[in-house]
Amino acid sequence: MEKSRIVVILALFALLLVAATHVHEVGSPGTADMDDFYIHFGQEQTGSNNIVTAILFDYRGLDTLGEASVLFAAATGVFIVFRRLKEDEK
Amino acid sequence: MTGIEVIVVMILVATGFGAVMLKRNLIKIVMGISIIGSGVNLFLVSMGYVEGGTAPIFTSSPATSMVLATPQALTLTSIVINLAVTALMLSLAISIHRHYGSADSRKRRLYE
Amino acid sequence: MKNDQGMSSIVKSAVLVVAIPATMFGLYVISHGHLTPGGGFPGGAIMASVVAMFLVAYGSKMKMGKNVFSVLESIGLVAFALLAFAGISQAFFRNVLANSGQLFGMPVPFGPNPGYLNTGGLIPLMNFAVGLEVFAALSLIIIMMYRSGEGKK
Repeated sequence: MEKSRIVVILALFALLLVAATHVHEVGSPGTADMDDFYIHFGQEQTGSNNIVTAILFDYRGLDTLGEASVLFAAATGVFIVFRRLKEDEK
Repeated sequence: MTGIEVIVVMILVATGFGAVMLKRNLIKIVMGISIIGSGVNLFLVSMGYVEGGTAPIFTSSPATSMVLATPQALTLTSIVINLAVTALMLSLAISIHRHYGSADSRKRRLYE
Repeated sequence: MKNDQGMSSIVKSAVLVVAIPATMFGLYVISHGHLTPGGGFPGGAIMASVVAMFLVAYGSKMKMGKNVFSVLESIGLVAFALLAFAGISQAFFRNVLANSGQLFGMPVPFGPNPGYLNTGGLIPLMNFAVGLEVFAALSLIIIMMYRSGEGKK
């Protein structure tokens, strides 16, 4: 174990301790206007009982499209790596 | 005890970072990156908690206030993207082991 | 891993018995995504774990086609992108079937209620597309990582 790695880890831990005191208290999140709108009007506008699904597929559907594309790209990448390996062995 | 979720997130991130910097095996480094991802997901969900609230679902729900719903949607996306990155990293680790014969990250055989 | 015999015959029979209720449970989680917690992504992961269970029990005798899963994954992602264009006359990703009286269009009574499956608009159709895509992608990853160990002593 080299000295520089332990110094970096201790510096990260000090940074985490300082940042943890600036986070707001868990349980009272202050003003949440956007989530109040989603919970009050989400059921009659989208017609679904599940507000999280209504946010994921109706209000913020573009993020879900990007996430499905990332999963597709990862599956294609794994396919490419292992096809080249099998050809190398033959 | 208030704020215990923040303490657990700090322990998870420090453990994952320590695994990435101090271990030599490639698989253990990948595991450390996955632990950091789990810590970040826990932090995202715990920032949306309202005291005495229930899940934001209207199917047979009790009549109390609800927790915030947007951080839970962001966490779903984060979990799936962490899974995709971990799968790609593991396949590259298998490929390195197949070519160089060892999974040690400090053997200098890349320049031969 | 070339002559992987799999596990004993008790495990092979038990996997056949467990696989059908597990697949039905995965389809239930996908289709009730707008009423209960879950949706497309966890339901697809549950159905991919059934494929992993078959690979563990039967070993190298299981011949699963890579091309079938590639075609299913592409169909799922293209269907999701096409459903986003269904309401393009008003906006991108516009829910045109909600509160309209057509396929999934019953209006929802306000407040807590027992869930009605007929509601939701485009959301159940999008759940099916994403569930199919996640199931095919995770199965493809597991099968390719297993097949890479064959041919080596």
